[in-house]
This record gives sequence, structure tokens and C-alpha cells, in this order.
Amino acid sequence: MAIPISYNWRNLIVRKTTTIMTALGIALTVAVLLSVLALVEGLRTAFKATANPNHVLVTRKGSTSELVSGMSRAVFQDLKFKPGIAKSKSGEPMASLELVTVIVLPTPENPAGNNVNLRGVTPIGVEIRDGLKIDSGRWFTPGRREVVVGRNIPSRYPGTKIGDKLHFGKGDWEIVGVMSQGSSAVNSELFVDLNQAAADYNRSDVLSSILIRAVDSVTVQSLVNELKADQRLNVDAITEQQYYENQMVSAAPIRFLGTFVAIIMAVGSCFAAMNTMYASVARRAREVGTLRVLGFSRGGILTSFFLESLLLSLLGGLIGCILVLPLNNITTGLGNFITFSETSFSFRVTPLIMAMGVAFAVFLGAIGGIFPARMAAKKEILNALREI
Amino acid sequence: MLRYFPLIAKNAMRNRRRSILTICSVGASLCLLGVLMAIYHAFFFTPPTPEQARRLVTRNRISLANAMPVAYRDKIATISGVRGVMVMQWFGGVYKEPKNMFARFGVEPDRFFNIMPEINVPPDQQKAFIADRTGCIIGKDIATKFNLKVGDRMTLVGDIFPVTLDFTVRGIFDFTEANDVMYFNVQYLFESLSAKRRDSVGTFTILMDSPDDAGRIANAIDDMFHNAPDQTRTESEKAFQLGFISMMGNVKMFLLSICAAVTFTIILVSANTMAMSVRERIREVGVLKTLGFTQGEILGIVLGEAAFLSFIGGLLGYSLAVLLTLVIRQAPAFFAELKTLTIVPPVAAALLAIAVFIGLVSSIIPAWNASRTNIIDSLRYSG
Repeated sequence: MAIPISYNWRNLIVRKTTTIMTALGIALTVAVLLSVLALVEGLRTAFKATANPNHVLVTRKGSTSELVSGMSRAVFQDLKFKPGIAKSKSGEPMASLELVTVIVLPTPENPAGNNVNLRGVTPIGVEIRDGLKIDSGRWFTPGRREVVVGRNIPSRYPGTKIGDKLHFGKGDWEIVGVMSQGSSAVNSELFVDLNQAAADYNRSDVLSSILIRAVDSVTVQSLVNELKADQRLNVDAITEQQYYENQMVSAAPIRFLGTFVAIIMAVGSCFAAMNTMYASVARRAREVGTLRVLGFSRGGILTSFFLESLLLSLLGGLIGCILVLPLNNITTGLGNFITFSETSFSFRVTPLIMAMGVAFAVFLGAIGGIFPARMAAKKEILNALREI
Repeated sequence: MLRYFPLIAKNAMRNRRRSILTICSVGASLCLLGVLMAIYHAFFFTPPTPEQARRLVTRNRISLANAMPVAYRDKIATISGVRGVMVMQWFGGVYKEPKNMFARFGVEPDRFFNIMPEINVPPDQQKAFIADRTGCIIGKDIATKFNLKVGDRMTLVGDIFPVTLDFTVRGIFDFTEANDVMYFNVQYLFESLSAKRRDSVGTFTILMDSPDDAGRIANAIDDMFHNAPDQTRTESEKAFQLGFISMMGNVKMFLLSICAAVTFTIILVSANTMAMSVRERIREVGVLKTLGFTQGEILGIVLGEAAFLSFIGGLLGYSLAVLLTLVIRQAPAFFAELKTLTIVPPVAAALLAIAVFIGLVSSIIPAWNASRTNIIDSLRYSG
């Protein structure tokens, strides 16, 4: 017969200080791991939300990002009538010629400023982005120095509210609206009129990239292949999904550092859990003896102490999850060396991430509990009863 | 106090398994703390080298991805206190395969060795690099990794720049911070570009007569181009490099919060152990008190034991951290700071001090309780 789990539960409660301290140690380890995972997940969500499976991004051959690409208007004219490109409501091809550059906006923690994407678009560039809408204010007027900022911008950068002015290009630009598109990377960009931006940056002929929408998901790949193969255009085409997936490398150093930290902390917490369980076994030597006298088997005792350790670490794992939950509301930013600009996004503590944290904690508890449990099980009845 | 040391050591060794587990646990966490502090120190506290201190970097105020006219170089050179100005152009590109990452810069060879004296290339190789427009010099690590010797050919396929460049290796240098960097003649790049894209550059590296002029010269340069279409930002080389780190997010905050979490975890672990160990020994405390030990002495003995344990944990953590930095130095990284990562003496001292501090803080409550127990109660106490 197995020892009831309520026995372990009560034991943990009786030694509540020790229990809480050990569980907190595990909880902090879990919290470090989870916050890094939540950061990576937040970035992934932002990128995933930006990417439409039917979209293809066209850049100059060899360029790794929109920022370093150059795209002439002549190429755009040739390209937009390619078969397989969807038509807008007004019957125009869904192809958006865009100018992408970065401007510097200071943050309180970095007065020198972070790079933020500035995107010059035409009306089709707004239409092609499904779900892109104005939250407050209005869209910019073509031909004027007006800016619409992404939803995450005003909270992260001071001086970027509606009515404020930004100086870049050849003059002052007025912020006239706040836009949002789900949780996409557009939320951390600035949109302006393409032609005005091109004039300000002396790039009236060579712009950055073209975003096109294929008629359906089947056409996407053939469109990509056809554009790439066209020697005359000399362009690179990549699905939007692939483009953003490539940018996930910017999270690699942080993910690496976070995992590294979590593993070393885990080693530390494992030893600590072992310590607690050994102490718990030592203090309950007589109890173990009594249980054996009552007829519980060695196996039963092994399982019981092992379960107690799992219970302890499970508690730690749950506390760890609770500790990172407030992160859900925090918006942060991460730059990358592909676009040279910052994407702001929110931490995302998903149920999957929490489950991973709890599993990690239980794993720690299993390693930390197995040796003390074996020691308890191996005790001889008489010796155990004699121990004080 | 010192005469109680044998007693403290004996107490610490009484439950050997627990002490070892505690030391390992504290050691693992402190090793992490040591490495993080070393990284923090390397990034934010290390003073620039004397050569670095004499250099400034000018870039487009908007961002690194925007260029400036090459003509700025000669204008900057007219500012008093400027000894030399050189074009430094990042060239992304691909060498054989995209995964072969190393930095590639277009420079002006005739000025290069004055402005970057750390890059030590033998005089004949220097001459060859200056003389050959398609020449390049590479760091030792690149040479080893791709098995390149002086005289070998290298081909880079551009991405930012739509050109393919063929180089001849003219020199190999060994400078730890730059062993995975390749320098080539920027003129060769300019000549390969269309007239429109030629003659615009990403950064200028400026050598000053004296590091004390840094602020004045940086302002003078930025003022000079204040009304130009391409405004500039000039900063010290060190600050310029730190700018890259800040692109990876708020690294300072990230490192500090992990350090805090680690420290707090160690305090918990250590406090837990000390509480357990004191609880087991309440009867002994009663005996000690009967023998005439004062409250203060008992407090000291318990505190001392905790400090002793965590100090040993600190030593273990320090040795593990030294091993870890050896590993980190081998890892491919963009930051020169990580390539030379060492646990410098101030970091080591801080680590051990933190260890002792953690020991004291974690045991203050158990020690206080133990010292205040009533003799009769403690003698009656049964585990």
C-alpha cells in the first residue's frame, strides 16, 4: 500500500519556513528561465503577426534587409504587372513600393537614442497590411511632413505623442496619428508619405523594397521563384514569413545567455533541494522506522519521499510562474543587426512557457529528491527507530 | 574571535554532506555571479586602452546604416588637435558561405597603421598592403579557420554593396580583440561601385593628439556639419562600441536583474542550511552557554560558521568562473570585450566579499535566535 500523499503535504506544511525557502530558490531559477523564454516568445509573436503568408518581400539582389536594399521605380513598374499578384478593391495590383530608413529616438534609459524604422508608404501600403488601423488621430496627408506612429512608440519614447514634432530628413514632421496592427512589428514603426520621405532623403528614384501580395497561398512560391529568376529585374524575393523568421536571430544572444544562466542556477537549486530533503529525511528517521513497522515497504517509502520532493519543486515552479506573470504587461525593445532598428514588443508568458517552467522545476525536484529518498528507503528499521 | 576558528571549522564539518551540498550550491550560483560581474565590468567599467582613448568615431547622426560624403574626411582633418582621419567602411558580404561570419572593413592602408597602431603587421607586409590596391590583411583567427596564408586569394560577395571583390592576403596580424577582422583598401570598393554610390562612407576613425581633447573635438566635428544634409555624431571609440551592445536591448538592466536574482537565491539557500544546522544544535548551544560562553560569542560562532561555508563556496565559485571565462573566450562573439574576458582582481575580491556578506546576512536570524535561547529550554529541547 502506498503512503498517502497527504502525509507529504502535511510534512511540507509543518516545516513551512524550510519549504518556502527551498521553493523560492527553485521559483527564482524558474523565473529567470521563463522571463527569457517570454521575451523570445514576445519577439516571435510580433514577427509572426507581421508576416502574412501570402506576402512576398522584394529587395535588391544580395541585400539582407529592407534597410540596405535599393529598388528603382523602373523595376517597380515592370514588376507590379507580373501574373499572380492580387488586385486591390480598386483594381490596382497589390504591390507596395516602400522606402525604409531608420531614425533615432531617445529613450529614458538610452539618451543617445535607439533606431526606429521609418517607412514611407503609398495608400496601397496601408491597404496591403490587413488589420492595420488608426487607433487615434488620422492618417498622414500625402505631400505633407506628417507621421503616424505605431502603438508601442508613444509609451516607449518620450516626445512622440500626437501633436509632437520630430526632426528628421529636411524638416520637422508632425505626429498626426497612432496606428496598430494586432501585435505586429508595425506597432514599433513610423509611417510617412512615400514621396515626401523620398524627397527628404534625396532618394526620389531609388527606394527600398516592394511588398506584394500573391493571389493565394499556392501562387506564393511560384511568384518568389519567378521574381528571383528574372535576370532583368535583378531582385531577391522572399516570403514575408521567411524574412521575419530570419530576424529571430537577434534574440539568439539573449536566449543563449538566459539558458546558460538558468542551467547554472538550476545546478545550484538542485543542490539546495537535495539539502532540504536530506535534512527532512534525517529528522524523520524515527517516522520512517515507524512507517516500516506499520508495514509500508521500502518502495513505498522511496516513492513517498520522492513525491515529497516533486511536490516541493512543483510548488517552486508554480511560484516561479506567478513571479513572471506581471511581465506580460511589460513592453521592451530589441534591436538587431539585420535591420539596424529596434522592434518593441511585449513579453508573452504563454501557458506553454509556464508548463515548461513547471516541468523544469519538477525535473530539478526529481534529481534533488532521488538520493535522499533512497537513503530513507535503505534505513534499517531498528537503527531508524533508535535515531533521535 | 580567531581562537574559535577551530570550533567553527569543526562545526561546519559536522554534517559533511550538508556542508558540501551547501558549498556546491553556493559555489554554482557564485560562479554565475562572477561571470556576470566580469561581463558587466568588461562592458561598462573597463577604461579604454591608451590607443582607444585617442580615437573618435564619426558616423551619420541618423544611424549607422546611413552614409556620409567621403569629403568630410578632409574637413575633419582641419580641426586643431586632429592628427589623422581615416575612412572606415563596414562591408557586410559573404565569404564562401553566409555562416562564415567575421567583420570586414574597408580602410585607407596608408593611414591605417598610424591610426590603429595595435594592429601589428611586419613592415614588409605593411608595405605590401599599402602598395596593393586589392590587398587585405586578416586576423590570426581567420587565417587559421580558413587556412589562409600571405599571398592567398579571398573573394567576398557583397550584400549592402552589389559587388564581388577579389582580394590577396597581404598580411596576418595577431591582436586578440581583432583576430576575426579583415581590413582591405576602401578605394578598391569605391572603384567597383557605380558613380552614384561611390564616395559615401559609414564611419570615420579619428586620431587625436591627446585624449583630453575628446569632448572638444567631438563637438567641433558635429558643429561643423550641423547644417549639412548629413549631420554627424562623433563619440569615443569605446562609446561607439557600447552603442552596439545597447542594440541588443537593455543589457545593463538584464545583467543586473539576473545578478540580483542569483544573489537572492544564494541567500535563501544559505539561510535555509544555517537554520537547519542551528536547529539541530540547540542543545549544544545550551551546553556552551552552561560552560560560560556569552550571547555575543555564540552569535559570532554561528555567524562565523555561515561566513566560513559561503567563503569556501565563493572560492569554488571563483575557480568555476575562471574556467567558464576560458570557455566564453573561445566562443564566437561580436564583442571584443568577451574575447578577453577575465575575472579581474576587483571582480574576484567583490565576489568573495559578496560570499562572506551572503553568509552573514543569511545566518543572522538563526544566529540571533540561538544566542538568545534560554539555557534550561535549550537543554530540554529534543531535535
